[in-house]
Amino acid sequence: MRDDPAPRDIDGNPVRVGLPMAMLAELTHRCPLACPYCSNPVELTRASAELKAAEWADVFRQAAEMGVLQLHLSGGEPASRRDLAEIATAARDAGLYVNLITSGIGLTEARLRELDGVVDHIQLSLQGIDAEMADWISGYGGSFARKMQVAQWARAIGFPMTLNAVVHRQNLDRLSEMIDLAEGLDCRRIEVATVQFHGWADLNRRPLMPTQEQATRARAVVDEARQRLKGRMVIDYVPADHLASFPKSCMGGWGSTGLNVAPDGTVLPCHAAQTIKGLAFENVRDVPLARIWHDGAAFNAFRGTAWMPEPCASCERREIDFGGCRCQAMAMAGDARATDPVCSRSSLHAQLRAEAEAEAASDSTVLVYRRMTREKRG
Amino acid sequence: MSGDRISGAAVPYLPRGVRLHDDRVRGIRVLLAPERVIQLDPVGHAILSELDGKRSLAEVVLTLCTRYEAPPEQIEGDVQEFLRDLMDRRMVFLEQEPEGAQP
Repeated sequence: MRDDPAPRDIDGNPVRVGLPMAMLAELTHRCPLACPYCSNPVELTRASAELKAAEWADVFRQAAEMGVLQLHLSGGEPASRRDLAEIATAARDAGLYVNLITSGIGLTEARLRELDGVVDHIQLSLQGIDAEMADWISGYGGSFARKMQVAQWARAIGFPMTLNAVVHRQNLDRLSEMIDLAEGLDCRRIEVATVQFHGWADLNRRPLMPTQEQATRARAVVDEARQRLKGRMVIDYVPADHLASFPKSCMGGWGSTGLNVAPDGTVLPCHAAQTIKGLAFENVRDVPLARIWHDGAAFNAFRGTAWMPEPCASCERREIDFGGCRCQAMAMAGDARATDPVCSRSSLHAQLRAEAEAEAASDSTVLVYRRMTREKRG
Repeated sequence: MSGDRISGAAVPYLPRGVRLHDDRVRGIRVLLAPERVIQLDPVGHAILSELDGKRSLAEVVLTLCTRYEAPPEQIEGDVQEFLRDLMDRRMVFLEQEPEGAQP
């Protein structure tokens, strides 16, 4: 029992709380696509539980007052919400920079025009370089053609665009064509992100795990394209986690700059945080956002560095990568405090490598698609 | 070509999706861009505030020289370096030549 109201980490050490910079608003888990690496949790939230537009508007105002500058409207597919324009307008009115993360499916020219002057930037996902690959990976026939149509409309209206290519063993060899496509669509940026093997992707490790050779070639393709396109297009590259020596600084440090709001209003330090057992998450329907950010036990759990065990505790990189991903530590080590097994200093690193290599050597092309089980009625 | 000096006749501007913002919570000025927030120092903010998409780089430098009573060489150097970096990051665009005949 503690009377002390000062925020404390999972082990009771006092922590300092900063200001949030970016918020990811998952407007819905509904999505016409079924990408097998979807970052949504395996337990998807039903439409009936989603926050209403007016509730989102209130969350956006609270976020802006707390210091959030950038808002990412995501999902699921945000266009699956018929009230997307109303929601986006509320975000703009709150003073936020509005980034729409979409597959494009469900957007029409008329709907895009409604977002003109409201959405600052569009991030369009790319599943493959042609219909054959993209429609297979997304599990949705015709998705590639529709996406390209949406990209043309968005370009004609004048939206700045980033192409967000998610890469894995099945499509990584065509990376240079993805970069060409982004250039052809006048994108200012392309984000090339290797699949993160959590949630749905964890069910698809064998078909999706890239090989070491692919990762090496991809690095060369990115380096060459960065030189060639300097001043014309920016390339952000997230390499394969499992082939790295040090982990990524997940969320730039737990509870330090970013927060996620799930479709039903649950507030999370990262989109996969619910995989960490023992953490309790609060909901904006019950508790003001600022209180969740400042006082929420889940947000404070891994703030700072005092909770770290060895080898993180004495590591010179502890404030660079914060020990990596808590969810990955939970998944592999069974302890969310543990060093992310991606780190070469983790005792589980060799095992993680060996598993990734075995998965990459698989010739499986059987995908487990992300699907929502049908909503029960009555 | 990237790395070259920006021509004094070129007209630099913030493209759509990149904007200045007064961050009242932190008490700072920032540049908001796709997936990026850049904290601006007073010099950076002064430079970007002058970009109206109408005046040339040379005119912007002249305005800043007058306002801050600083030598043109110094201002010119600061402006070139600052804008070149933002151009490489696709946060500042250039209108190289006057628009063609209006329809």
